Amino acid sequence: MLTFLLRRLFTMVLTALCLTFVVFYLTNLPPNLEKVAKSEAGARITDTEVESWLAKHGYAQPVLVRYGEWLGVVPGWTGTSDSGKATGRCVDAYPDAQTPPRFCGVLQGYWGFSTVFKENVGGIIITRLGLTGILMFWVMVLMVPAALIIGVLAGMREGSKLDRTLSTVSIASTATPEYVSGVILIVVFASSLVGLKWFKGTATSAMDGITFENFFLPVLTIALYGIGYIARMTRASMTEVMTAQYIRTARLKGVSFTNVVMKHALRNALIAPFTVIMLQFPWLLNGVVITETLFNYKGFGWTLVSAAGNNDIQLLLGCSVVAVVVVLVTQLISDVGYVFLNPRIRIS
Amino acid sequence: MQEYGWGAICAAFFTQFWPVWLALIITYAVSIRYKRKLGLYGKLFDSTIGMIGFGIVMFWVFTAIFADMIITHGTLEQVSQMKNKSPGTVMPDGASWYILGGDHLGRDVFSRMVMGSRVVIEIAPMATVFAFMVGITLGLPAGYYSGKLDTILSFLANLILAFPVILLFYLLVTPEMVETGLPQYMAVVLFLFPLIFLSVLLNSRYYVRPNLRNIMIAAVLVIGGWAYLALVSEPDTRVAVLPEAFDFIALPGNILIVFVSVVFVNAPTVYRIIRGLVLDIKTRDYVAAAQTRGEGPWYIMLWEILPNARGPLIVDFCLRIGYTTILLGTLGFFGLGLSPESPDWGSTINAGRKLMSIAPHPAIVPALALMSLVLGLNLLADGLREESLRD
Repeated sequence: MLTFLLRRLFTMVLTALCLTFVVFYLTNLPPNLEKVAKSEAGARITDTEVESWLAKHGYAQPVLVRYGEWLGVVPGWTGTSDSGKATGRCVDAYPDAQTPPRFCGVLQGYWGFSTVFKENVGGIIITRLGLTGILMFWVMVLMVPAALIIGVLAGMREGSKLDRTLSTVSIASTATPEYVSGVILIVVFASSLVGLKWFKGTATSAMDGITFENFFLPVLTIALYGIGYIARMTRASMTEVMTAQYIRTARLKGVSFTNVVMKHALRNALIAPFTVIMLQFPWLLNGVVITETLFNYKGFGWTLVSAAGNNDIQLLLGCSVVAVVVVLVTQLISDVGYVFLNPRIRIS
Repeated sequence: MQEYGWGAICAAFFTQFWPVWLALIITYAVSIRYKRKLGLYGKLFDSTIGMIGFGIVMFWVFTAIFADMIITHGTLEQVSQMKNKSPGTVMPDGASWYILGGDHLGRDVFSRMVMGSRVVIEIAPMATVFAFMVGITLGLPAGYYSGKLDTILSFLANLILAFPVILLFYLLVTPEMVETGLPQYMAVVLFLFPLIFLSVLLNSRYYVRPNLRNIMIAAVLVIGGWAYLALVSEPDTRVAVLPEAFDFIALPGNILIVFVSVVFVNAPTVYRIIRGLVLDIKTRDYVAAAQTRGEGPWYIMLWEILPNARGPLIVDFCLRIGYTTILLGTLGFFGLGLSPESPDWGSTINAGRKLMSIAPHPAIVPALALMSLVLGLNLLADGLREESLRD
């Protein structure tokens, strides 16, 4: 078990390094850097001026060195400005320090400086993640029980009318991406066309105080897409369990159907959905980005979109690190959890 | 001339699609008549769900084919008096109607929705085919040989899969990225796979008849190679290998990048599915029999294992086209890749969502269209799964 965990952790770190390097490389391509130089030093500067600006701000080094600096394993660049003051990556990072540290990167806790929000990236990401965390929490509260109930109800009597109806509903919900269901929900519940106006079409006000009125639609939008998928997995696993020998034995012993489902089948049927729910996180991330953009809720997804749209390299890098880590950690948890939950799998 | 009511809107909507209904009726009549002779396709008509799904999918396919006959106005015609007008409004000249209203620039929502189906039907199945070619060409040896090759390829596949899709799109589908030529280099690599696949496929089967093989492979390489070069090379960009006169496929840079990134996102998943199937099938007796006969590894992979994995692959192919449609919509929704004037559904939803409280119809029409197509594909996949499990 320990070697399994260590091997998984090693692969995870390697993956994270590769991915962050890819993102770093793609966000630091020459055209992007040129854009940064032009937005910081004026749009009309010449090509030579661009180059000297880039050299002065530490962008002229090879990509690998700069990746190392950003990561915090290579000493940050240093130089002197025109007025003779010492400049450098770590000077920008800790402007108050007498002697700035040699290393300042993600590992030391410095994530860079956002050119759009004029704030440290670390701070922005923590606030935004908090907002998204609230959204995700309510999504989970709505999605997991709903999906499990639908799946179990559909799977306990395979081929019945209830099963057919619920299966079709779950297919329909997987066929509706967030940007479609969001639009439909807004039109039905928040527009003047239908006239229900039960909820609000934006969640901007939810950032200050969450109410049922301003938060239900975004939560429902994200949850709907996931419900169908998890429900189908639960149904598949439930139908498999219901055909098992011990269920038949229990039925023949005279245990009532409700008891068979609740006490015998349910526990074994919920192992597979656990993995699926954990693996849903990366998909939820997509949903979060779309929904936050659609409902104008300024959380993590919204920040990612605005960072990418405004060529805010440091912020985009920070967001990608968080996204990648979330995906990898959930993969790890789902693997480890599966082994714990399923006694039939033993890893030597 | 007066405005349409809801009943008249439905009637106009229905009659406008007459070529599609005609084509659908013919397809169904022929298919049901000969369903016993048509294999898996014929069996589809035994399952209600499969039939409904197939009907929806074919509806959109025919809509894309006959789009020019169905539309009532040009997709870029702007009539300023028709801005945000509700469905069924009469044109200012009194001669025709905007069946589903006008959008924020006064264009016909109905015609744009119909033309939008073309973008999806052109890109989504093709991109899925390419993703399958890449996934199959890499997944077969990975599953068959296992070992180091498998470890490396699986690591790479997991690397791409761990990327949140939207982040990948935002990194790949930007004007700066088109400038660097990276998508074209990716196209150079990805589009090579169908050629490799077809050549290996034919070679492994016909290597005992060298003359026939040489002719077939030469044909594949000449025709396919030309198509490949024409697809990849584009004048005045980084990859301009073919002179303009021979370049018969002019793919604008932004369409190419959309295509490439969709293939890139889908290929690792296909790879994983194929690899899993091969790991399962390679322990079967008929594989051992072929090995004992002395067949080459590629013959076994392509002509023994692959045909026996077709059931799950066909089902996944349908689902994946649906998923690709969703991805295309996502790209349009974020205004990435396709031009903002393009009538594709994602872009139209994006343009319409900003005025949703005043005029919801420009956003809801393409949204429902996209949803119905994906739903149709999912139902079709479900029907196919049910029918293929039955044998």
